[in-house]
Amino acid sequence: MKAMTSKPKFGDRAGYLMSLPYVFYFCLFIGFPLVFSFILIFHKWNIVTPMQWIGLRNFYRLFHDVQFFISIRNTLVFLSIHIPLQIVVALLLAVLLNQKIKLKGFFRALYFLPVIVSGVVITILWQQLFAYETGLLNLLLTKIGLLKIPWLIDSGWAMPSIAIMATWKNIGLYIVLFLVGLQGIPRYLYEAAEIDGARPIQQFFHITLPALNSTMVLVVILSTIGGFSLFIEPFVMTGGGPMNSTLSAMLYIYNQAFYFGHMGYAATLGIFFAFLILIVVLIQKKFVERKD
Amino acid sequence: MKKSAIYILLIIGGLVFAYPFLWMLSATFKPEVEIGSIGLWSSNFSMRSYIAVFQKIPIGKALLNSLLVSGCVTFSVILFGSIVGYALSRLRFFGRDFLLGLILFTMVIPFQITLIPMYILMVKFGWVDSYLALIVPGMISAFGILLFRQFFMDIPQDLIDAAKIDGCNDLSILFRIIYPLSKPVIITVGIVSFMSSWNDVLWPLIVIRLQKLMTLPQMVTIFAVGGQADAQLGAQLAAATLLAVPIILVYAFFQRYFIESMATTGLKN
Repeated sequence: MKAMTSKPKFGDRAGYLMSLPYVFYFCLFIGFPLVFSFILIFHKWNIVTPMQWIGLRNFYRLFHDVQFFISIRNTLVFLSIHIPLQIVVALLLAVLLNQKIKLKGFFRALYFLPVIVSGVVITILWQQLFAYETGLLNLLLTKIGLLKIPWLIDSGWAMPSIAIMATWKNIGLYIVLFLVGLQGIPRYLYEAAEIDGARPIQQFFHITLPALNSTMVLVVILSTIGGFSLFIEPFVMTGGGPMNSTLSAMLYIYNQAFYFGHMGYAATLGIFFAFLILIVVLIQKKFVERKD
Repeated sequence: MKKSAIYILLIIGGLVFAYPFLWMLSATFKPEVEIGSIGLWSSNFSMRSYIAVFQKIPIGKALLNSLLVSGCVTFSVILFGSIVGYALSRLRFFGRDFLLGLILFTMVIPFQITLIPMYILMVKFGWVDSYLALIVPGMISAFGILLFRQFFMDIPQDLIDAAKIDGCNDLSILFRIIYPLSKPVIITVGIVSFMSSWNDVLWPLIVIRLQKLMTLPQMVTIFAVGGQADAQLGAQLAAATLLAVPIILVYAFFQRYFIESMATTGLKN
């Protein structure tokens, strides 16, 4: 309040008043849940009966919870397919769209279409595309003389299938992000390279890719955070099966809290998982980001 | 690379993204036995799948619920986002930088931490199975505040000073002077918050159990997962189509705004 005396009085008061909605919102919906989740992790609670202090037993349980580690492994399997596939295809389409071509806006809008549609729609649609006997993908495969793939019914294929679908859904956003990055590369770099006799493929690896580094960091981090939130796709498509192969960490936390009513344990899983996300993102940032 | 090769690749890409949607639309009109085919045309097109959906679930009510919830959330995110954004960009007060830092900090908190306590809060407030649980927690968004703040920083101080001399207070400066200049940022914040509210399924699944309060994506999810569809593929796809069509229609007219808004949000994150 001391700072107020030196500045116009009315402006100051308006600043407090106008920030008030956020302060109120923060205390209620961010501050309180944050604090409360750190209380919850020491308790056993199903909301109905009184809270029961159990010390560190939630953590003990977590480190012995095979299913939870399976769900984290599944999430990592998802990411290890989703991120590289997304970057390669999005970059390819963005480079193509960045050429002097007609209908650029039309193609861009088309690739972006799945981004705006609800994940539920995409999941219901792809469940049919993935169907073993009658699905569009297997019909196409048999048409060109290949064998059917057990997309969602084989525990080895199910998570990769979901990763392919998620890539298809999100890629439009990453194409646009790469396009923005591509348009920021100065033309003279390419002109100079052409004078030096660099072929297009060399130009791509020596000019385009390094110039896109900050976009690359962004794409990796955004798709990692998105991938860690994977929920509705396995929830609708597979319910986590077959044999837990598509049980994502988020789905497991959801089940613990809202199916079994283990609020304290679910909160513990949530916090552990959130720290894991932060660590993974920091590691990625360190490895992908270049400093020049 | 040859121009024709570029076009061929782009068209293949286009088919990969568009054909599944066309296939879905056509499948909703096909009889059940014909859904498992590659082609789009059938001589037996009918409305049977849609009739089945409307008979089994109150999907019209869910559409109204979704419009109400997303409409309120969007309106409120714009209103409060601009008010707080104005305070953070154009006013000086003790603790302003701290508040800004706090808002930036909240953006890196993964929602996995706050999800469970938020649900408990809803239970304690008695908001489970009410519109309040769907609307109130979404009424302010950090990214909305930050986008407004950034946009307002570039507005010339002269405009604001002139209005102050005329005796305007800060709220009327915001709504009368700054709002008419802020169409781009209002559209961006509006589209992004409407879309994320409209497409959200996890939160409604947690706080709403009464069918008459369910949002559209939630009801379609439960219809597909919960067995109400009786394994009728046509009906499931028809419900999914009903969920997709409104947003695709809006997108068809405003696609440039959608793409730019979502790209900006991605870049700002």
